[in-house]
Amino acid sequence: MRVEIGRVLSLMVGDPEADRAVPPTGFTAWLTLFTAGAMAFLTVFALALSLATGRLADRWSSELARTATLRISAPPDQVAAQTRAALKVLQETPGIATARAMTEAEQKALLEPWFGPDLPLDTLPLPQLIEITETAQGYDATGLRARLQAEVPGAVLDDHTRWREPLVAAASRLRTLGFAAIALIAASTAAMITLAARAALAANAQVIRVLRLVGARDVYIARAFVRRFTLRALAGAAAGTVAGMVAIWLLPPAAPAGGFLTGLGFQGAGWLWPLVIPPLAAIVAFAATRAAALRTLRKQT
Amino acid sequence: MIELENVAYSYGGAELFAEVSLAITPGSFHFLTGPSGAGKTTFLKLCYGDLTATAGRVGLFGKDRRDMTRDDVALARRRIGVVHQDCQFLDHLPLAENVALPLSVSGRTAEADGNLNDLLAWVGLAAQARQLPPQLSGGERQRAALARAVIMSPDLIIADEPTGNIDWEMSQRLLTLLVELNRMGKAVMIATHDLNLIRAAKAQVSARVLRLRGARLVAAGAEL
Ligand SMILES: Nc1ncnc2c1ncn2[C@@H]1O[C@H](COP(=O)(O)OP(=O)(O)OP(=O)(O)O)[C@@H](O)[C@H]1O
Ligand SMILES: [Mg+2]
Repeated sequence: MRVEIGRVLSLMVGDPEADRAVPPTGFTAWLTLFTAGAMAFLTVFALALSLATGRLADRWSSELARTATLRISAPPDQVAAQTRAALKVLQETPGIATARAMTEAEQKALLEPWFGPDLPLDTLPLPQLIEITETAQGYDATGLRARLQAEVPGAVLDDHTRWREPLVAAASRLRTLGFAAIALIAASTAAMITLAARAALAANAQVIRVLRLVGARDVYIARAFVRRFTLRALAGAAAGTVAGMVAIWLLPPAAPAGGFLTGLGFQGAGWLWPLVIPPLAAIVAFAATRAAALRTLRKQT
Repeated sequence: MIELENVAYSYGGAELFAEVSLAITPGSFHFLTGPSGAGKTTFLKLCYGDLTATAGRVGLFGKDRRDMTRDDVALARRRIGVVHQDCQFLDHLPLAENVALPLSVSGRTAEADGNLNDLLAWVGLAAQARQLPPQLSGGERQRAALARAVIMSPDLIIADEPTGNIDWEMSQRLLTLLVELNRMGKAVMIATHDLNLIRAAKAQVSARVLRLRGARLVAAGAEL
């Protein structure tokens, strides 16, 4: 394994001797450094977005899939009887793990965020809520609805799927878009570095000619450029990644207040993901410069 | 080593020369003369594979130039040391590194150390080793170019006006170096206007003198 890595590194880093043969060209160096840095910075955010929405999608789908609510709206004198009847039906339904009528206090707590703490709950004709937890197998929602309609006329089963599915779909779409953004960033980095490499090759046409005259092969000449651009992209991306990670780390904690923004950023081992960005940028630069160099050298015979 | 058979060359327009045939064999010594613009530099470029003949066949170490890849040409050039009329240095590298460049590009950097200093001393440039090419005089650059041409111990040394900017004494020294290399079996091909140089050489080795005239390569007259 060590030997393998050494071989790959020497291929990438090349020959410092060859590097000296090409004079440093100021503006392409800065262009590459800056592009790699800016793109790495953006990638950190796209990565954070993807990971956070991924977590959100997973949480929503697992939390919501296992719960449902039964709502009983009936004249006040019938509520208690219908609740009992509904609980009996639910206990007899296969696939339902627990069914529990919520207490007045719990219902009040649920409504509090919307109406404030001074809600005169007693005077309002509130429906009774029954909290249902499914077993892993789940229950037959259509069958349950039909039976409830016959036996408990005031019951409405809300299994959350109606509003759960679009949310989960949106979250996983957002995750996909995050990864697409990363792919686009990589592609534009490659394009920018290709341009910079071509400019450097054009600026050094005379140097390339001299190297050819003394017997340099294409790979030797290409290596001088590849090494330089790879190292620059690596350095720029490292700086950009660190800046992006610091920016994410400094985001105000949104945990208690917000629903969506909760945990935008990295959690635990997720902090290791951005460390992949600099080597990835180096690989992109390596491939882009090598392709540009070999293509240019093929043209200038 | 190098064979030209019925070679012609033109830069797009009229033919510069045609029906040129010549074999450069190990240990041979050639001079190439002719008026300015006759095509001496062009002829030499055909010999080291920089140009491809517009007609006829040029063979480099047994391979037809037309069938050679860029890498093939690169490898052939490592066996041919060339002193270019315009020197062709990397202006951002010190003289010593420029002279050692053929070793660097062929991965033989290790051989540079001892050789390089001797060689620079021989062409009288030991003191200028750290200077950049643009800081040198024309003659100093030409001597450095000769040093670079011979550092790989090539089979053939091609020199295009190597003594153009050099005083007579230094020309004699460079000629002695080339004659010495020729005695070791290296082939030498020198393009020059300097008839005195040719006469001096003929006193030391048996050299063939060729002349480009009227778009043909002919043996030089008896005046030499
Ligand atoms: N790259 C080129 N494109 C078009 N014409 C060229 C090119 N190089 C040289 N020529 C023309 O070819 C002719 C021969 O040039 P060349 O350099 O071979 O002459 P030369 O014999 O070496 O001359 P000199 O003694 O002045 O060095 C000249 O007329 C020159 O203008
Ligand atoms: Mg010439």
